[in-house]
Amino acid sequence: MDVINFKKIEDGCIIYATGEIDLSNSQELRKTILAALKTNQKVYVDLSAVSYIDSSGIASLVEGLQFSKLHGKGFMLTKPSKQVKAIMELARLDKVFTIV
Amino acid sequence: MKSTIENIGSSIIVAIERLGFAIRLFLDSFYWLFFGRKHKQYLRLSQVFEQVRVIGFDALPIVMALAFVVGVMLSIQLLYAFADFGAESQVLVAIAKSVTREFSPLIIGIIIAGRSGAALAAKIGSQMISQEIDALRVMGVVPVRYLVLPALLGLIISMPLLILCADFMAILGGAVFSIESLDMSLFAYLKESFDVLEVNDIYQGLVKSVVFGIIIALVGATTGFNVTGGAEGVGRATTTAVVASIAAIVVADMIFSYFLTQEV
Amino acid sequence: MTKYLIQVDKLVTHYGKRKILDGVDLKIAEGEIRVIMGGSGSGKSTLLWHILGLHEATSGSINVLGKDLSQLKLNEKHKLLRNIGVSFQSGALFSSMTVGENIAFPLKEFTNLDEKTIRIISRMKLEVVNLGGFQKLMPSQLSGGMTKRAALARAIAMDPKLLFFDEPSAGLDPVVASEIDDLILKLRDAMGMTMVVVTHELDSAFKIADKITVLDKGKNLLTGTVEEVKNSKIKRVQDLLERRARHDTVDPEEYLKRLTQENYTIS
Repeated sequence: MDVINFKKIEDGCIIYATGEIDLSNSQELRKTILAALKTNQKVYVDLSAVSYIDSSGIASLVEGLQFSKLHGKGFMLTKPSKQVKAIMELARLDKVFTIV
Repeated sequence: MKSTIENIGSSIIVAIERLGFAIRLFLDSFYWLFFGRKHKQYLRLSQVFEQVRVIGFDALPIVMALAFVVGVMLSIQLLYAFADFGAESQVLVAIAKSVTREFSPLIIGIIIAGRSGAALAAKIGSQMISQEIDALRVMGVVPVRYLVLPALLGLIISMPLLILCADFMAILGGAVFSIESLDMSLFAYLKESFDVLEVNDIYQGLVKSVVFGIIIALVGATTGFNVTGGAEGVGRATTTAVVASIAAIVVADMIFSYFLTQEV
Repeated sequence: MTKYLIQVDKLVTHYGKRKILDGVDLKIAEGEIRVIMGGSGSGKSTLLWHILGLHEATSGSINVLGKDLSQLKLNEKHKLLRNIGVSFQSGALFSSMTVGENIAFPLKEFTNLDEKTIRIISRMKLEVVNLGGFQKLMPSQLSGGMTKRAALARAIAMDPKLLFFDEPSAGLDPVVASEIDDLILKLRDAMGMTMVVVTHELDSAFKIADKITVLDKGKNLLTGTVEEVKNSKIKRVQDLLERRARHDTVDPEEYLKRLTQENYTIS
């Protein structure tokens, strides 16, 4: 099963990440996010099925956020799991991301 | 009396230990050079270039200036000595051969031992004291690969290049002083000098310089890794590195001169 | 069933002819914060180096993150070390690099991540240890507490499963020391890291430890919860607790040794 899936919606797209996001697949997540931001006005990253995310995964999200701000796009995270939330709070990133 | 003998004995043991350590460093360096990839211990080319820049390029001004002076000095002495039996014309040959075979590798060996050998010992020594080497090891970075190998390669690459520059500058220095006595033009002197030089003359200097480079790297690293006694120890290690590598260079020079000068 | 990340069995080690560890057993569970205490010469540092697989044991076995160290090949050992972070007492930051480069160093060495990603990660780590924006400073420009935090940031750069922390609060003023203790607890809770903390500071030990192991003369004298250690009837343990309580400052002789002795490592 793919760790990262992609779904088109009305005003943008949703990226579903699942399982463990670590060094082995964070670059894929990064590319998917950046590619999605290029063609969509709004990008949601659904983190509900992520059991673990490492720093490289979080960094990919940060890069996505930066890209969206730079190009006036919307970038939202949805339903982060407890572990993901904890990691974000550690670096105070929960204040930076739009979490819906 | 006994303590003197004990002291001699223990310093011999230390010397043999250090020699063994240096030989291991040498073998380890080449192990990581050839098999590092397998262990994800990559040698960064940028690190080697940086070393070549620091060891070779940055030393160029001093090397060229000193080589020039050595050339002048040689020509003064040789003109004086050869004048007794009216053989001044041989000064040109004597300078060309002695510079390429002997003086430029030796002088440059000594300069680089003082510059880069000392720097390497100080760098590794202070990193031992500050636990930076330990930090590398616990990260899984092999210190020999990260610290010694780039310096070793940098020296192996830089030394022959410096020798070539020094050869030219020393001959030029000799020329500047000799042309008047020999009644030659500068250009003719230089051309004549390069004509009398054989491949073997240059080759001998280059072989020596590579060996000296290896000696400088290994002695510097060995004293650095074996540093004791904090910051002062680092200073001591630096001095030791310079003295020991110059001694080793002189001895190696003699051995190489003997074997490379045998008629075949 | 509890999963143990570190299992040491009857470890015996020698330094030259001198016996340093004399049959140490140690079991550390996943997610646990274990404090190791003991006077100098008790073998704490030796134990850590052995757990990191950087010394050869005389006898006994060590299992770290499910791997038997004696069975590992060199490159497997290196791989294992990438899952372990070590924060040195002195920081041991690379003095020729900026703080940011220090933290990025393991990432550059061992991952194929994009340069931008590495930069974000290293700055995030600085944020975690409350050193946000300090990446351009050189290690020599940092204060003691900042150095400790920067060293911690480097130790967690690779998101290790296991973190060794040597004397996190030694030589720091109480406020900074307690900040670092909070940080240790926060890291464990958020990242689920297992931590082994060597400390002399009793306050700190009692605050962060799930369990405390007291080493003495190369032996595991006692392993127990904070309460168990506090109430221990063992003379040596009481000595240790009381002596520390009376002079909680740095022991000058021990400190000098740390600064000057050859191969002095985590103790």
